[in-house]
Amino acid sequence: MQFFIEVLIGGLLSGVMYALVALGFVLIYKASGVFNFAQGAMVFFAALSFVGFQEVLPARFGMEAGSAAVFWLSFLLAFATMVVLGIATERIVLRPLVNQPPITLFMATIGLTYVVEGLAQMTWGANVRGLELGIMDEPIAWLMDDYGIGVSKFDLFAAGVAASLVALLALLFQYTKVGRALRAVADDHQAALSIGIPLQTIWRVVWAVAGFVALVAGMIWGARNGVQFALTFTALKALPVLILGGFTSVPGAIVGGLIIGASEKLAEVYVGPLVGGGIEGWFPYMLALAFLLVRPEGLFGERHIDRV
Amino acid sequence: MVRQSGDVIVDLRNISLRFGGVKALTDISFDVREHEIRSIIGPNGAGKSSMLNVINGVYHPQEGQIHFRGQLRRRMEPHHAAEQGIARTFQNIALFKGMTVLDNIMTGRALKMRCNFLQHAFYWGAAQREESAHRLKVEEIIEFLEIQSIRKTPVGRLPYGLQKRVELARALAAEPHILLLDEPMAGMNVEEKQDMCRFILDVNDHYGTTIVLIEHDMGVVMDISDRVVVLDYGRKIGDGLPDEVKGNPEVIAAYLGTAH
Amino acid sequence: MLYREAGQFRTSYAEDGRIFPIRQDRVGFALLVLVFGVAVPLLANEYWLKAILTPVLIFSLAAIGLNILTGYAGQLSLGSAAFMAVGAFAAYNFILRVDGMPFLLALALAGLAAALVGVLFGLPSLRIKGFYLAVATLAAQFFIVWVLVKFPWFSNHSSSGVVTAQEVSILGYRFASPEAKYVLTFAVVAVLALAAKNLVRSATGRAWMAVRDMDVAAQVIGFRLMRTKLLAFAVSSFYCGVAGALYAYTYIGTVEPEGFNLDLSFKILFMIIIGGVGSIMGAFLGAAFIVLLPILLDNLVPALFGDALGAGFASNLQLIIFGGLIIFFLIVEPHGLARLWQIAKEKLRLWPFPH
Repeated sequence: MQFFIEVLIGGLLSGVMYALVALGFVLIYKASGVFNFAQGAMVFFAALSFVGFQEVLPARFGMEAGSAAVFWLSFLLAFATMVVLGIATERIVLRPLVNQPPITLFMATIGLTYVVEGLAQMTWGANVRGLELGIMDEPIAWLMDDYGIGVSKFDLFAAGVAASLVALLALLFQYTKVGRALRAVADDHQAALSIGIPLQTIWRVVWAVAGFVALVAGMIWGARNGVQFALTFTALKALPVLILGGFTSVPGAIVGGLIIGASEKLAEVYVGPLVGGGIEGWFPYMLALAFLLVRPEGLFGERHIDRV
Repeated sequence: MVRQSGDVIVDLRNISLRFGGVKALTDISFDVREHEIRSIIGPNGAGKSSMLNVINGVYHPQEGQIHFRGQLRRRMEPHHAAEQGIARTFQNIALFKGMTVLDNIMTGRALKMRCNFLQHAFYWGAAQREESAHRLKVEEIIEFLEIQSIRKTPVGRLPYGLQKRVELARALAAEPHILLLDEPMAGMNVEEKQDMCRFILDVNDHYGTTIVLIEHDMGVVMDISDRVVVLDYGRKIGDGLPDEVKGNPEVIAAYLGTAH
Repeated sequence: MLYREAGQFRTSYAEDGRIFPIRQDRVGFALLVLVFGVAVPLLANEYWLKAILTPVLIFSLAAIGLNILTGYAGQLSLGSAAFMAVGAFAAYNFILRVDGMPFLLALALAGLAAALVGVLFGLPSLRIKGFYLAVATLAAQFFIVWVLVKFPWFSNHSSSGVVTAQEVSILGYRFASPEAKYVLTFAVVAVLALAAKNLVRSATGRAWMAVRDMDVAAQVIGFRLMRTKLLAFAVSSFYCGVAGALYAYTYIGTVEPEGFNLDLSFKILFMIIIGGVGSIMGAFLGAAFIVLLPILLDNLVPALFGDALGAGFASNLQLIIFGGLIIFFLIVEPHGLARLWQIAKEKLRLWPFPH
C-alpha cells in the first residue's frame, strides 16, 4: 500500500509537469485556434537560452557566476527572447496564414518546430547542460521517516510552481482587460475584430505568455533531466494530456495531466513488467484514445452538434 | 394549377426534438404525399431545417414516429435515407469545395455505382464502362440545369447562385423519389429565382419527384406549392392549401406580430 | 508552340476521363517512363541509383500512401513511418518463415499486413476528427515501434533488433546490383502509382474527397463514413507497407524498428506538403525535393561558409531550412510543387501569345 501511494504521488507530481507543458498548447489554441506543435521546441529553446545567458553573463560581462543577479537577469533575458520569438512567429508565420484551415496552421507549426530547434542549437550549441534551481531532488524527510513514503522535494516544488502559474493565468484571463479580449477572440475571431479588439496584439500577447510558460516548464524539466534536445519531447508527453483534457480547457490540462501522470506511472510499475517494460512511450496515448472512444468531446469539452 | 397528388409517402407523427435543454421541435405532425410540392414556412429559428434533418436522418427526434411508405421507420442514419431515395440540398451550401462541378454531381450517382475499389484501381472494363454510363446521366442533368460551361470548374470559384444550382444538380443525380430543398432561392435575384422555380416545377412534372421545400419568398411558395405547413417556435401553427394558410390568423400573427 | 491541344477533340466520355487528355502530355509521360525505366538504369552511376533515385521512388510511394489518407480523404496522420515498419518486418518474416515465398507475393502480403494494422488504428477516426485524430495516430507510431522492439520474434531474435533483408530473387533472377534493384523498385512504384491515380479519379476517390470536404453532406448523399474512411486507412497503409518493404529490400538492406521513427513520419508529411496535398504527381516531386535538399545543402554549405563551422552548423542549418521551406510553401503555394507545374503548363499552352 505504501508503495502504491508512493507511485501514485510520484505519478501525480510528474503529471503536473506534463500539465505545465500542455498549458502552453491550451493558451495558444484557445486564443488563435492554432494547435502549436512547436511548444516542445519552445520549451527547449527557452531553457537553453536561460542556461546560455547564465554562462554568457559571467564570462563576457564579468558578473559573479551563480549569483542571484545572474539568475534573474538570465531569466528576464530568456523571457525577452521568447517574446521576440512569439512576435516574430505572429508576424512571419501566423499573419500570412490567417483564415487558412486549422490543419494548414498546424503543419506550419511543425515547420516552426524545426526552425526553432535549429535556431536554438545554432545559437547555444548542442551540449547537454545542467540547470540548478537550488532545490534538491531528495525525499521529504518527515514523510519518509514517519510514513515510509518517498516524495521528492523537487517534485513538490514543481507542483507548487505549476499551481501558482495556473492561478496566475486564471487571474489574467478572468480579471484583466487583456484577458477579456483574449476570451472574446477565443470565442469568435470575426466578432472580436468587429468590436475593435486588435487581433494581432492579442496573438502576440498570447504567444509571449506561452513563451513564459515554456520558459518555466523548460527550467523545471531542465533542472530535472538536464537541458538537452530531449526537452523537445516534452511536447509528446503533453499531447495525450490535451486529447484527454480537451484543447481549450485550462482545468482540463491540469486534470488530464494528473490522470495521465498517475496512470502512466502505475501502469509502468504494475503492467510494465508483464509486457517487457518501456510502455510509457505509448501508454498515455492509448489511454487517451480509449477515453475518447467513450467520450469524443473530451473531459471538459462540450458535445458538438453539426449544423446543416 | 392542379397536379395529381398520390398516397402519403412520408408521415410524421408527434415529432419532438431537443438539443440539451433547447426544444427545437415540439409535437409536430404532418404528411407528405407522393408527387406534391410541400412547403415548410415559418420565421427564422422556427425549426424548418431541423424538420428536414429529421426526415433524412441527420437528427434523431426524442419522441414521435416517422412512417415512410406506410412503414414505421426505425432510427436511421442519413445514408439509409439516401438509399431509400431521399436527396436534399442545404441552406448553407454544402458542396464539396475541393472538387469540380462534374465530380460533385457525379458523387450523386454514388449509390447507383456497383464497381468496387479494386476494379477502380484497374480502371478497365466494367469500371470504365460504368463511369461513362453514369457520366451520360450526369450530362443530362447538366444540360437540364444549363450549367454546361462550368463543368470542369472547381465549385469554390463559382458565384453563389450557380453553386445553389450545382447543389440541386447533385441531388437530382441520385434520381430521388423525394427531394428536400432547404431555401434553394435564398440570396438570389429575381431572374435567378425564376430560373430556380422553373427547374423545381420541371423536376416535379418530368420525373414526378416529390418535393419538400423550405423557402422564405412567400410569392414563390404560394405560387408553386400544393400544400404548406407553417412552423413557429418549433410548433406547427398552420397546415393546408396555400390559400387556407394565407388566411390563417395565427400564421398572420406569427409573421406580422400581434398586439399584446 | 508545340504544346497545343487545338484539333484534338474528345469524342467519348472515356476519352474525356483519361489521365492525360492532351496528346503532348501522353507523349511526354511516355518519354519520362522510358527515361527513368530504361535509360537511367543503363546510364546512371551507382551513387545516384543507390543513394538518390531508389530512395526517391520508395519515399514517393510512401508519400502517395499518406496523400491518399491526408490529401484525398482528409484524415491527417502522423504515423506513416510505423506502417512502413509493419511492411518491412512483415515482408522479412514472410520470407523468413515461409519456404519458397515469392518476393512479389511477400511484398503484397506486407502491404496487406500494414493495411490490416492501418484499419485497426483507423477505427478511432469514426468518432474523433481533426487534431484529436492526428494525435491519435501518434499512438500508432509509438505503439507499433514498441511492439517490434519488445517482441524479438519479429526480428527473429536478433540481439540488436536489427534485421538484414534476405536476397531478392524473382523467378530465379537475383536482384543484387543497384541497377536491378532500381528497376524492380521502379516497376513496383509505377504500377502502384497508376493504381492510385485510377483510384482517386474514380468513384472511390470521389467518396474520399466528399468525406474530406464535408462529411455530413457526404452522408446525406449516401456515402458510409465508416467504410469510406477505413478504406482510405487500408489503402494508405498498404502503400506505406509496400514502401517499407521496398525500403528494407531494395534500399538500405538492414533495418531496425527505431529507424521508422516520428522524424521519418514527419519527413513523409513534408513531402506531401511541398509536393502538393491531394496530388499523385506531387508525391514524386515532394519526395525528390526532400531527398535531394540535404544532399544539396551538404555540398553547398561548405562551399559557401567553409568547413570551419563544422557538422553541427550544417545540420542545424538544414533543420532551419527544412522548417522554413515548409512554412514558405504553406504560405506561398499551399498546393505545392504540383500546382506550380500545373501553372507552368497552362502558361505554356498559351505561350507565346498569352491573350
